[in-house]
Amino acid sequence: MTHRKVHVRTTVNGEAVEFLCEPRQSLLECLRDIVGLTGTKEGCNDGNCGACTVILDGDIVNSCLVLGVEVEGRNITTIEGIARSGELHPVQKAFLESAALQCGFCTPGLIVATKALLDRNPEPDEESIRQWLANNLCRCTGYDKVVRAVEQAAADLREVKG
Amino acid sequence: MKWFDYTAPVTLAEAMNAVASGPRAKALAGGTDLLVQMRAGRVETDLVVDIKRVPELNELSYDSARGLTLGAAAPCCRISENASVRRHYPALAEVAALIGGVQIQSRASLGGNLCNAAPSADAVPMLIAYGAICCIAGANGTRQVRVEDFCTGPGRTVLEPGELLVSFQLPPPPAGSGARYLRFIPRNEMDIAVAGAGVQVVLDDGHFRTARIALAAVAPTPLFVPEAGESLAGKPAVPESIHAAAEIARAAAQPITDMRGTEEYRRHLCAVLTRRALEAAVQRATGGRI
Repeated sequence: MTHRKVHVRTTVNGEAVEFLCEPRQSLLECLRDIVGLTGTKEGCNDGNCGACTVILDGDIVNSCLVLGVEVEGRNITTIEGIARSGELHPVQKAFLESAALQCGFCTPGLIVATKALLDRNPEPDEESIRQWLANNLCRCTGYDKVVRAVEQAAADLREVKG
Repeated sequence: MKWFDYTAPVTLAEAMNAVASGPRAKALAGGTDLLVQMRAGRVETDLVVDIKRVPELNELSYDSARGLTLGAAAPCCRISENASVRRHYPALAEVAALIGGVQIQSRASLGGNLCNAAPSADAVPMLIAYGAICCIAGANGTRQVRVEDFCTGPGRTVLEPGELLVSFQLPPPPAGSGARYLRFIPRNEMDIAVAGAGVQVVLDDGHFRTARIALAAVAPTPLFVPEAGESLAGKPAVPESIHAAAEIARAAAQPITDMRGTEEYRRHLCAVLTRRALEAAVQRATGGRI
């Protein structure tokens, strides 16, 4: 068998990106090891922990359970694409101000997932927040401060949009 | 993961050729089971056929005469958000929103849930209760298999080499019908069912016309219990009839004892979940909200 790499053309954080990968490499591996975007974290590598969450064509996915070759022609947002023009996104600010992190390893996944939630639902109640973030595990500090941060971010975003 | 080749066909004919090109070719839908199994070395393949770009595998359309055509690769998030599914098959929308978390639901498909053939698959009892038919394509054309006849054992199905599950066909819900899937897990969300029950009832003037009942995680395959549903035909929709059907479901279960629950506990759950699912389905059939 000829082991040929595949040329993938995709969009990452609004920019056209091309990379060569093996079909067996996950999107997570491609982002971190080939494209050089190491903000997306590898936790469990089997779809349980959500640390590797990215937005793929508007939907959040575990990038460890997507093959790099699958993203040909598609649109990806990673944690590196959340802040704009050098300024933190309101979700990022709220996580910092609410101290909604401890070791920080789960934080990129939580922030990406929260961004996708607030894009869909600008005023989620606590149950909706907990339900949406159920696939993002934090092993340090629990979820209460995360929920408060999401509520704060939602309020800040509503204020900005007036 | 070991090396494999990858192809993403855009027509059903190309997908069929790829799936039939070798005995180790594997169809990839959402990958939430397959990629985990490949990484763990439980599944070996030399060709992954990504079927998500094939229109027939992604169809999601409702017609009042034909019912619901559901592509085998359509992700759970599209199913649970689809207005026709929510209106005509609310229990299917609920099941699609029950499997895994949001990240999993963005990718996981009901075709994958069935082909993975886990006894605990949450979508399968509900597909059976709704009377869903599998449309399977192969080298010699297409064939139809009822969902309750699809799984032959844990991880095993009726699919022959080179065949592909293309879609499900669900009949239009009869007037006076209601349905519900309930499962028991020790956590609030995101767990594998200890046991589950999916039911559909059709009521006529306060009496059951028909009922279909299927169970999860209490047999080597998802378990259709036709005798439980048939016991309800013609009976009034009252607690006594429902209780009797739930006892038939309990007796039909063939559970094992494992880390999630004992045989005895699972039998108990079958009766409780069947009873509660029937009560909820009856409420829906009579216009009530649950």
